Amino acid sequence: MIFSKIKDVLKGLKSLATGLGITGRAFCAKKVTVIYPQEEVDNLSTFRGMVELIGKEDAPEEPMCAACGNCAKACPSNCITILCPIPAKEGEAAQMGPAPQKGARTPGRFIMDFSLCCLCGQCIGSCARNGLQFSNDPYVVSFNRKDFQFDLLKRLHSQAHDRSDSDLPKAKPE
Amino acid sequence: MNAFSLLFTYTAARLVLWMVLMFAFVGLNALVLVWVERKVAGYVQLRPGPLHVGPQGLLQPLADAVKLMGKQLLTPAAGDKVLFWAAPLLAFTPVMVCFLPMPFDPRFNPLPMNLGLVLILAFSGLGVVSLCLAGWGSNNKWSLLGAARAVAQSVAYEVPLLLSAMAVAICAGSLDLYTIVGRQGGWPWQWYGVKNPLAFVIFLICAVAETNRAPFDLPEGESELTAGFHTEYSGMGFGIFFLAEYANMVIVSGVAAALFLGGWQGPFLPGVWWFLLKIYGILLFIIWLRWTFPRVRFDQLLNLSWKWLTPLALLDFALAVVMAGMRI
Repeated sequence: MIFSKIKDVLKGLKSLATGLGITGRAFCAKKVTVIYPQEEVDNLSTFRGMVELIGKEDAPEEPMCAACGNCAKACPSNCITILCPIPAKEGEAAQMGPAPQKGARTPGRFIMDFSLCCLCGQCIGSCARNGLQFSNDPYVVSFNRKDFQFDLLKRLHSQAHDRSDSDLPKAKPE
Repeated sequence: MNAFSLLFTYTAARLVLWMVLMFAFVGLNALVLVWVERKVAGYVQLRPGPLHVGPQGLLQPLADAVKLMGKQLLTPAAGDKVLFWAAPLLAFTPVMVCFLPMPFDPRFNPLPMNLGLVLILAFSGLGVVSLCLAGWGSNNKWSLLGAARAVAQSVAYEVPLLLSAMAVAICAGSLDLYTIVGRQGGWPWQWYGVKNPLAFVIFLICAVAETNRAPFDLPEGESELTAGFHTEYSGMGFGIFFLAEYANMVIVSGVAAALFLGGWQGPFLPGVWWFLLKIYGILLFIIWLRWTFPRVRFDQLLNLSWKWLTPLALLDFALAVVMAGMRI
């Protein structure tokens, strides 16, 4: 009886010492915090940010998207709107309607309301052509809710443009 | 001017000078300790702690103090106004008296007396009255629960604390901290903490409990009582409690250093540096405890004191009496 009590006490004391040892080692260990504005993390490629369109390999300005509308249907927060040109009849002005539209194989506009998006990735999984991905841009920031209505086609265009700029062979200094 | 009034003036001037010095010491210590506390908290959690105000965040406590002073002081409408504001004053004032017999250096002794230890124990016992008044005067259930806990905890832990301190006093044959330090030597094997380790451990545990520090910080347990007895205090009302807590930590560490670690005694360095070094060693240990252990439950807290520490302290006291009788 008394021996088991003493054994308990010794066990408890040992666990207290173990705890102190753990925090003591942590005290001396290298710190993991990144002091943000001065330093940045180097694994941004693993960041799952806003959804973006993937361009074709041979034509990066054109999306893989076939305007089937599966992603818009799969989205639980209804943040994707795809508009396709409706085949115009004689004498009518060209109009846009929600995908899918008969005969339309490319999106006219691909609108994503990031203020509603919950980053679940259902759209990416539902895409038959693997035409969507998470971007790794963490700097999607604004004071205005309207700034989060993204036209992903425009975004793809500007991305392809930036990329082709940086791909240009630089003038070699003579 | 006769000899008596000369002596009186001299003593009074010494006392006033000491008090001013101690106010500065307590204030500076609180600033440094807040910084140390936050740095240790950060380092233990693999963070760098405060970093941006001043070099390595050293000026962060100063910024916090300015913020606290700038805040509005609110008094609960249904509270007892007098008790409510008497509490922080009562928390801080006795702390200053406790620094009077603190043996920083044999040359400093501002008020020679042979009951220094009793003075410290008596006035640090007053601290719980302030917590009690704060809890009662706030007219708030959390404050009141915190105050009730503070009183029960204080009563429970004062007993083994006194017993372990008395074990040393018996061995040294004096209640004067200067004499007790004088009986020890500069090397660890001459310290009472090494000769009587059980009393040292009991004293340290009780000191942590008496200063309401984690893992015994039940009177202000955030997760249950919002902020416990100081829930209703804003700005410097809270700031003074905070200051008193850190000053109390310095006092218990000072008493522990004097009783168990040989106070100012040590080789090479002048006495006061050894004393400060030992105080800061104990303070670091207390801070380390806070960031390691979770808060105990209230019945565990009281069981630890009444079922373990008090009997052990009694046993240790009896041993100390025998040792003192045999002049070991």
